[in-house]
Amino acid sequence: MSEQKRRSQTRMVPVPSESIVPERDLGKPPVLETHHLGIEFGGLKAVDDFNLTIGRTEIAGLIGPNGAGKTTVFNLLTKVYEPTQGTVMINGRDTKGMNITQASQLGVARTFQNIRLFSQMTVEENVRIGLHNQIKYDMFTGILRLPRYWKQERKQHTEALELLSIFDMQDLADVKAGSLPYGAQRRLEIVRALATNPCLLLLDEPAAGMNPHETSELMENIAKIRDRFQIAILLIEHDMSLVMGVCEGICVLNFGKVIAKGTADEIQNNPVVIEAYLGKRKEG
Amino acid sequence: MMAFLSNLVNGISLGSIYAIIALGYTMVYGIAKMLNFAHGDVIMVGAYIAFCAAQYWGFPPVLALLVAMAVCTLLGVTIEKLAYAPLRQATSLAVLITAIGMSYLLQNLALLIWGANPKVFPDLIGLGSIALFDGQLVVKGATLVTIAANIVIMVALTLFTARTKMGKAMRCVSEDRGAAELMGIHVNGTISLTFAIGSFLAAIAGFLLCSSYPVLQPTTGSMPGIKAFTAAVFGGIGSIPGAMVGGVLLGVIEILGKAYISTELGDAIVFAVLIIVLLVRPTGLMGKATREKV
Amino acid sequence: MSVKQKKLIYNLVTIGLVAAAWLIFTLLLNHDAGVPRKERILSSSMKDQLIPICCWIVMAVSLNLVVGISGELSLGHAGFMSIGAFTGIVVSGWLLNGFAVEDATLRLVLAMVAGGLTAGIAGVLIGIPVLRLRGDYLAIVTLAFGEIIKNVLNCVYVAADGRHLNLGFINNNIAGTMLLNGPNGAKVKTIATVNAGFILVLITLVIVLNLINSRSGRAIMAVRDNRIAAESMGVPVTKYKMMAFVTAATLAGMAGALYGLNFATLLPTKFSFNESINVLVFVVLGGIGNILGSVISATALTILPEKLRFLQNYRMLVYAVVLIVVMLATNNRTIRAWFNTLSERLRPGKREEAKSHE
Repeated sequence: MSEQKRRSQTRMVPVPSESIVPERDLGKPPVLETHHLGIEFGGLKAVDDFNLTIGRTEIAGLIGPNGAGKTTVFNLLTKVYEPTQGTVMINGRDTKGMNITQASQLGVARTFQNIRLFSQMTVEENVRIGLHNQIKYDMFTGILRLPRYWKQERKQHTEALELLSIFDMQDLADVKAGSLPYGAQRRLEIVRALATNPCLLLLDEPAAGMNPHETSELMENIAKIRDRFQIAILLIEHDMSLVMGVCEGICVLNFGKVIAKGTADEIQNNPVVIEAYLGKRKEG
Repeated sequence: MMAFLSNLVNGISLGSIYAIIALGYTMVYGIAKMLNFAHGDVIMVGAYIAFCAAQYWGFPPVLALLVAMAVCTLLGVTIEKLAYAPLRQATSLAVLITAIGMSYLLQNLALLIWGANPKVFPDLIGLGSIALFDGQLVVKGATLVTIAANIVIMVALTLFTARTKMGKAMRCVSEDRGAAELMGIHVNGTISLTFAIGSFLAAIAGFLLCSSYPVLQPTTGSMPGIKAFTAAVFGGIGSIPGAMVGGVLLGVIEILGKAYISTELGDAIVFAVLIIVLLVRPTGLMGKATREKV
Repeated sequence: MSVKQKKLIYNLVTIGLVAAAWLIFTLLLNHDAGVPRKERILSSSMKDQLIPICCWIVMAVSLNLVVGISGELSLGHAGFMSIGAFTGIVVSGWLLNGFAVEDATLRLVLAMVAGGLTAGIAGVLIGIPVLRLRGDYLAIVTLAFGEIIKNVLNCVYVAADGRHLNLGFINNNIAGTMLLNGPNGAKVKTIATVNAGFILVLITLVIVLNLINSRSGRAIMAVRDNRIAAESMGVPVTKYKMMAFVTAATLAGMAGALYGLNFATLLPTKFSFNESINVLVFVVLGGIGNILGSVISATALTILPEKLRFLQNYRMLVYAVVLIVVMLATNNRTIRAWFNTLSERLRPGKREEAKSHE
């Protein structure tokens, strides 16, 4: 397996503040840093003291039992929620007080656990929304159909098809997004997120509802995307074959707190992680 | 000072009428998730029935009111069964337009039956006026009856929804219709019951409205309907105490605004206050804020 | 046929239909102008309705931009029409009284531009607070603004004193020729023309259709379909909601100016909540988000009540029943299925097919 090979070649080294990044990203500034990140909902700490550093081209995993607070972390990183404690640094910039749109413009893109496509629009139009801040022209250019309109529209079209071809979806460009099969909808969400030209891609359970064949294909594609776009990917996933197969650094969350961080091998053999997933082993 | 007190009492009285109408809007919205624009016209029908019963058929006031209540209840349930129930799966906008159609229908039926000329509603409450503070403050009987009716209705409805089985079923349906159905609650019946209660209250509101403002014509229900709807949103739509508070506050603001700021701009003041409140509390005074799950 | 081609054909049909109607009515009006009353093809009531129909089409299409494309229920659209109407009347009257502009076309154009601008500015001012709210709360606030506009215009007095405009609020004691007279409305020198009406409809259609099929329009629809996803794609939500709202307000203002300059008297109470609702009925019956549908339903539903005049007092009753029945027929699954089978049975060719399926 090529993924496994890639994983075994990566040596994880410690960086300040007890974080780890792939060795190859060591010289470059990390794409994401969180310090003591936390949020409370009416006294309940959904996420508490969450520290994570992601290297420029790292594929990282965020795992943990149901209700551990994984999606909440995504919502904090994308500014759906404003954290009550700590900071989120994207590309070295503090995101305090930003809204979702501004976070996106900083280079964070995401997919959603419960798919959120623009279901009334076509597949191509969905990707074009992703290109919204990449290929621009203003309202009056659009209404008056100035030459720039035609030029930029053509550019959006080619770019959208190019992105769709990552998942061999260019033939579906004219299909209504809502009528796609489930797996294709998940893939379209990834394409749409990529269209925003992110430096950090957050995937919320990308393999949910996919069959084993689709999952292994997705695994290849995640690695391919990273190699091609040279971006960092953080993914939440319950399918351990995918997480262990493709993720370099893994962070385990339970009850809103980080209980372990490390490579796939380290996580698999960590007694605290095993306990969180399977419960305490009985003596004897 | 006495003038202010007098205005305040009149405001509370008008507000009580708004509150009783707003209850109909807010309960229907809570349960059926629809804006029942025809509600204001049910009030008008109620007032006409009471008028006819007292004036033409010579019924005593209490009996006239009871007849109006019976007719309105029947009317409300019929409207729901005929026009709204078939649209349970449709978009909310489709239901809204149907309700608007129903409102036109009721107004034009009234126009055909009773004509366009305004009727003068008789003083059916007939308590005369009460003079307080050596005659400095004169309060009309209708005003007091309206305020009293409002208090009684509020207490009764609160007890009904909190204590009785049917009231609990209504709360269940408003929270989650699907789950309520799975728990064995008869959803269609509960919705009908809600319309029945709302229309029953509409008859009372129509009777009280015309006792205080005795001009009765086919469009009588429109403006109080819109104001009461505003009151329901003001208090937080879907909330019963919200409708009460919203209604009374709106009435007081309207009367005081007309008395102390400008007669011509009375309505504008009411709506401006609504806008300001919604900007500060986007779901009304007592509405629950819902957070979309991501 | 690809989606793109379908959209292109749809747009061409929409604009072509209006252009064809313009051509036909121009020919008919030219024909009627030269012949005695008996030989005229257009009835005088039909002729009188042409300009209002154009105005209501613009109202319906622009409201559809807010309700259908941007997905926000607005119950105060007539308020913008009202602002446009009274601005247009004031501007036209001022130009005539203060500047002796005799050219009616110039006055009409300037009045419509002014009406559109003021309504657009009102759209920005109202949009800032309104668009922060969601769903039914947003709807009720647009209703409230519509009522406030009606109420405030009821108290405005404007008089032209030479080149000077005198304004009075509640106070009607101002010098000059009265242009706006508070609750008594305005006496208008009518200058609206059928050509202006059709041109306004065409401009509206080009603006709205081109907007929908552009980057901005897609952003507006994305916000409608899924607000959070659109934000996550870097689409500034408020900007695009505002764009739809203000564009619609501007168009409504222009329609208002044309409408206002078409009648000899106009009262502020004309643009009430009921008018907003009427426009909403056009939009819903024509199909949410369907621009061609709005054009057709606005036309049909403006003519229908006139055609029902023979029913006298039963006219609005019939209208109400038609409205309810159409809503039930188009939105209830059982009734729709029943209609489908009925139409299948009526088509002779399909009959055998339907039988063989059984």
